[in-house]
Amino acid sequence: MGTLKERAAFIGLRIITYVLVSIVGYIILDIVVRGAGVISWSFLTTYPNPDGTGGIFPAIVGTFYLVMGTILVALPLGMASAVYLTEYAKQGLLTNQIRLAIVTLAGVPSIVFGLFGLGLFVLFLDFGTSVLAGSLTLACMILPTIIVSSEEALRAVPQSLREASLALGATKWETIRKSVLPYAIPGMMTGSILGVGRAAGETAPILLTVAAFFLPQLPRSIFDQAMALPYHLYVLATQFPNAEAVRPTQYGTALVLLLLVLGLNIGAIMVRMHFRKRNRW
Amino acid sequence: MPAAFSLGNDATPVDFTPKVEVRRLNFFYGATQALFDINMTIPENQVTALIGPSGCGKSTFLRTLNRMNDIIDGTRLEGAITIDRQDIYRNGTDVVTLRKRVGMVFQKSNPFPKSIFENVAYGPRLHGTKDKAVLAELIEQSLIRAGLWDEVKDRLHRSAMDLSGGQQQRLCIARALAVDPEILLMDEPASALDPRATARIEDLISELREDYTIVIVTHNMQQAARVSDFTAFFMEGKLVEFDDTEKMFTKPKEKQTEDYITGRFG
Repeated sequence: MGTLKERAAFIGLRIITYVLVSIVGYIILDIVVRGAGVISWSFLTTYPNPDGTGGIFPAIVGTFYLVMGTILVALPLGMASAVYLTEYAKQGLLTNQIRLAIVTLAGVPSIVFGLFGLGLFVLFLDFGTSVLAGSLTLACMILPTIIVSSEEALRAVPQSLREASLALGATKWETIRKSVLPYAIPGMMTGSILGVGRAAGETAPILLTVAAFFLPQLPRSIFDQAMALPYHLYVLATQFPNAEAVRPTQYGTALVLLLLVLGLNIGAIMVRMHFRKRNRW
Repeated sequence: MPAAFSLGNDATPVDFTPKVEVRRLNFFYGATQALFDINMTIPENQVTALIGPSGCGKSTFLRTLNRMNDIIDGTRLEGAITIDRQDIYRNGTDVVTLRKRVGMVFQKSNPFPKSIFENVAYGPRLHGTKDKAVLAELIEQSLIRAGLWDEVKDRLHRSAMDLSGGQQQRLCIARALAVDPEILLMDEPASALDPRATARIEDLISELREDYTIVIVTHNMQQAARVSDFTAFFMEGKLVEFDDTEKMFTKPKEKQTEDYITGRFG
């Protein structure tokens, strides 16, 4: 094995990796160990008590609604924009500016999206703090991620595939629908679900647009407020004087949120494998 | 109606029905001109080979015949190309109908990542054939014509990606035939294949010339001599010479053609 210098660099990199992995590992382990005992059927299915103890059922349902709403809005919009940008738009200065804007949006802090949602959806469009306003805000936040990853998936489709279809007399839209999308959708889905996973765990955007501090009932329409897991966690951690009594609930909530995001990511991998098997290149 | 016509610039008049007529064709990629004042008449139900060094514009020319260059941003065309006396670049021309009439086989075989059956069914389905029995019959006929039926009839619903390179290229030919074109454009269809698979493609071209007008781009001089009735020699975006293949290869009129054919450059 190479020179001393090389070996030193190697060991340095290895140590950094180990340190990082152990920090993340410790956090996860801590949550799992202290949260596992809390999770029970009643924890998942009952309502919280005003003092912060009790179940987290409405927060789970709220997050579920928010994720569904976000998917319903962001997925079609994001995929459609990506299709337009890669397949239809004339490539030039304007399209590049749009791309730059999208990439920049992906890096905007989530609280800014929260304030934007508050201004546009909650106040101006008068949806109030509601599941609808929250879903739309989260959708805005992950749209850039969905567009960028969908564009990447579309660009990975071989040009020869498009040519084959067009040469058979297919229109551009037929080519996109029958050849390009079936090939690109696994990649589009994977990137999008990872984006949705991020949305599920965000606190700042829902803080101002949907989340209820304490709400012992489920939202009855998309115009109702709702609880949500990340916000509930934030509230538990900061708003109760009896920290010791609330701590187990915090760990339980964190673990549920962690499992939810993990589930979404596993879902993304399964979707990709399913499609890969179906249309192998 | 067959009538004597001149193939191109100063070529010998021949007795065939003209299928494609190219008049004063100039083609540009942005500011770069790729084709210069091409005049050419491609005869019906014959094989016309396009030869020339790399970058001479022969593939670009081939792709003007089914307007595949349209999909590249910033291209521009002057002049006229007519098929059966209809200008295919006139405003209002339906590109879909044109490409149905003018099929294309590419240099690198590009089957869809679908089953063999679905590959051939792709075109007919687009153009409205839905009946399952009709479709099955059409697919069988197309595969037979492309000389692939016996090899794949037991695995029509397996992935086309499992086929060998030569089989994939014949599948692409079957796919093009399934929409019943009149003209078949082939862009170096055998350049990525081994000699045996190449021979099969060449045999196939000879069989297909009965029913189709074939235009084939090739790098391979022997291939042009073997499969084509007429040969056009391109250089630097210009059509240098276009004549009967035998004449081109035995006594070319132009010095450049002779140099190229005898391998003095290119």
